[in-house]
Amino acid sequence: MDKKMKKETSNNLILKFETFVDKYKLLLAAVCTVLLLVFPYMGVNQYILRIVIMIGIYSMLALGLNILTGYTGQVSLGHAGFYAVGAYTASLVALKLGANFFVATLAGAALSSLCGLLLGLPTLRLKGTYLSIVTLGFGEIVKMITMNWDKVTNGTLGLKNIPKPVIFGVKLTLSNNGLYYLMLVLVALTALICMLIIKSKIGRAFMSIKEDELAATMMGIKTTQYKILAFVISAFITGIAGAFYASMIGFIDPNSFTFDISTLIISIVIMGGMGTIRGMFLGSAILIVFPEVSRFMMDYRFVVYGIVLVLMMRFRPQGLLGWKSQLPYKFPKLARQELEKQDKSILNTL
Amino acid sequence: MAYLQVNSITKQFGGLVAVDNVSFEVEKGEIVSIIGPNGAGKTTVFNMLTGVYTIDSGEIIFDGTPIHNTNPYNIVNRGISRTFQNIRLFPNMRVIENVLVGTHIRTKYGFFDALFRTGRYKKEESEKVVHAAKVLKDIGLGNRINDYAQNLPYGEQRKVEIARAIATDAKIILLDEPAAGMNPQESDELLCFIRQLRDKGYTIILIEHDMSVVMNISDRIYVIDHGKKIAQGLPGEIANNECVIEAYLGGVKKDA
Amino acid sequence: METLKQIKKTMQESRSLYKEKDFINGAYIKNLKGRSMLSGFSPTTVERVIIQQLFNGLALGMAYSLIAVGYSMVFGILRLINFSHGAVYAFSAHMALFFIGMQFGIIPAIIISIIITGMLGIVIDKTALEPLRKKNSMPIASLITTIGMSNIIQNLLMIFFNTERKTFPAFFDFGMLNFGGVQINSTQIVMCVVSLALLIVLTLIINKTKLGLAMRATEQNSKAASLMGINVNFVISFTFFLGGASAAIAGALISGYYQIVYPGMGFMVGLKAFAAAVLGGIGVLYGSVVGGLVVGVSESFAATFLGSSYRDSVAFIILILVLIIRPTGLFGKKDIKKV
Repeated sequence: MDKKMKKETSNNLILKFETFVDKYKLLLAAVCTVLLLVFPYMGVNQYILRIVIMIGIYSMLALGLNILTGYTGQVSLGHAGFYAVGAYTASLVALKLGANFFVATLAGAALSSLCGLLLGLPTLRLKGTYLSIVTLGFGEIVKMITMNWDKVTNGTLGLKNIPKPVIFGVKLTLSNNGLYYLMLVLVALTALICMLIIKSKIGRAFMSIKEDELAATMMGIKTTQYKILAFVISAFITGIAGAFYASMIGFIDPNSFTFDISTLIISIVIMGGMGTIRGMFLGSAILIVFPEVSRFMMDYRFVVYGIVLVLMMRFRPQGLLGWKSQLPYKFPKLARQELEKQDKSILNTL
Repeated sequence: MAYLQVNSITKQFGGLVAVDNVSFEVEKGEIVSIIGPNGAGKTTVFNMLTGVYTIDSGEIIFDGTPIHNTNPYNIVNRGISRTFQNIRLFPNMRVIENVLVGTHIRTKYGFFDALFRTGRYKKEESEKVVHAAKVLKDIGLGNRINDYAQNLPYGEQRKVEIARAIATDAKIILLDEPAAGMNPQESDELLCFIRQLRDKGYTIILIEHDMSVVMNISDRIYVIDHGKKIAQGLPGEIANNECVIEAYLGGVKKDA
Repeated sequence: METLKQIKKTMQESRSLYKEKDFINGAYIKNLKGRSMLSGFSPTTVERVIIQQLFNGLALGMAYSLIAVGYSMVFGILRLINFSHGAVYAFSAHMALFFIGMQFGIIPAIIISIIITGMLGIVIDKTALEPLRKKNSMPIASLITTIGMSNIIQNLLMIFFNTERKTFPAFFDFGMLNFGGVQINSTQIVMCVVSLALLIVLTLIINKTKLGLAMRATEQNSKAASLMGINVNFVISFTFFLGGASAAIAGALISGYYQIVYPGMGFMVGLKAFAAAVLGGIGVLYGSVVGGLVVGVSESFAATFLGSSYRDSVAFIILILVLIIRPTGLFGKKDIKKV
């Protein structure tokens, strides 16, 4: 009983919070936008700006993995692989063909999603943990290729002097804040795309697969196709993040894309709240900033990081922002009009 | 030929013959019940009808086309949908979203329609939402649209499952023990609703192990025991059939 | 006609044989460019290298399979990839090194390390995983927890033992043995024999003892097992102990073989052992052995014929191929879908 009451009060709190946000959403969005736009002029140094851009990159990575793991329920332990494919392809296209950043990024994302497609194919036969194992293997194999294909990837020495993005003849760098604004645009676009996909039949198909794959199959959902689609979308987004990362840092090598990166992305998704978009930003903010602010702990900071993960899973496994919306269901505009015409009682009972 | 014609289907798991040469037929607009004691193979029959299992021999013909050993998508697409004995809703989705998953197969807009929010997306999405809302209202869950499926009481969860099956635009609805876990009043209401469904033109196949539930609403009854069909006929005939009584009471002799 | 066909066939066969030999020779020559060993009978040198690498791989593979059974047993019961297992293995090697440093003999030191590592397995389960089981939380929560535990263990090792590579005594090196022109390191034989003996002991524990019966019952259906009066939590803890202890033995063997110990050593070895466990069919003990051997042998061949940077990834390529062909690994059992 006590537990139920606790749940009820927390749901009420969520409802209150969500109603508040919903009521002032335009105002809040405007304030956030303005804050984000003027942020570089609030006296921050390059070090902080770089961290904020990294938060942006990891938000994209988390949004990408979230489509696959958070919504579709397929755990990937090899997202560093997609990240590497995106980064290497884009860098090589830019370095060897002299393509501009956007063409290179698209190439990176395209090849990454092709890998996603190939990796999605085993879903025909493999389920659950076994699929995760294949993704883990994929990440390791990508790393092997980047290490050994010397002619193309330059092996363990990595790729240097990756060009910065250029828009209308202006080179975007850290010091002219161009990279920061490009990051904002990319993150916003990614989040928008995720939102649009999730709030459609495709998103519902994804979620139904996560909730109960057999029931989804029995409703006529081609679960394999949708799982592959989730892989492709996820890999596409991750590839873009990789391309942007390479261009921003200017140097990549196989060690930038280790298994630790894969687990970091998963940790972000889970800490923020699987199956939410809001959580991805908070999750990456926390896990990217943590190693920086905890420098005073010296060697102990990664021990603390581990303890945080363990405690988090124990006491808030749904993630910091992983609650289910308590607001009433939002009918599409047309549906609402139609129902008002035909049968008001349904709307009234809500 | 009947609307749904099942000709001597068999399913084996290793050495165990779960369903052995079972045949039955269902006409359009009927309520047909398949009954039998627990473990008789009723759910296996459903699993073969809906494409969960392949069949080892025999054939299933729906509306003139064989549908056995195709994929579930094909079967749902042709108009057969089901519920589950142990409720299998999508617990963390809202009730209306659960039903919208049912409409998925009839929703034709593509990935890019969703991405660019085209007119086609908007039109179809709102059509389906209105449809889902109406189905839910008809089944008596109009006030539950908002709730998450896991927060509903058991009886209502069963109704959501039926609503989800209806939303696929099914012609035949397979109900696997729909009244299980309901109190007598809920169960009566549900049976009444099933009858209404038939009157609207749906064909219903029911699985039950509790004979009293199906006696009043079935047009015809098939009885399965140990994977074999042991009787078929009108409810009145089944109630007095010796084989059936024996199967249920476990080898009671006539003169005992 | 018949004879003509036959002649054609034999010709083809001999041609393909010839090609194969050529290929091996070529790869070998490329690999040993500039070494003096190539003089004289090249086929026997190739054979010798192959046999030596085979033994190399077998020894390593047996040790991998000792780690793999830890993954396999835990996965069998909890359906969980225990990512902390690699760190547990690294921990065991450091414990062994630490107690060897205390100067009361190598064998006692290793035994202590085995016991302590087994205890660590229990501690991981009790502190981090058992609470999650009680709450019935999602599988991914346990997965992340084991990643967190791995982080904690590995970084504590770094703090207490430094990140640098430390030498480990080659405590079971009895020199080279000569078998008909093939030189085999005695360490490899010891590794094979010890691992094999321990795997047999493990199999006996699981198949012949009451506790083993309880383990198998829990693996099949933990709820039913607990209703039959089996203390499931104890069984799980015992499984973790066994897993930790066998990882510790593997730790002592592999450290004695390479004579190097460092905190990050568990990561790659852990992943490869895990690949071995899945390859053989997770939850099947002899599967882990076969998987371990496949991984070990392919690794040492890849290192010789392709280059050492390939050694870590061959395991995964084989793993993916096997999983695509046989989704539950070589000896894994298939579940029937229940509706």
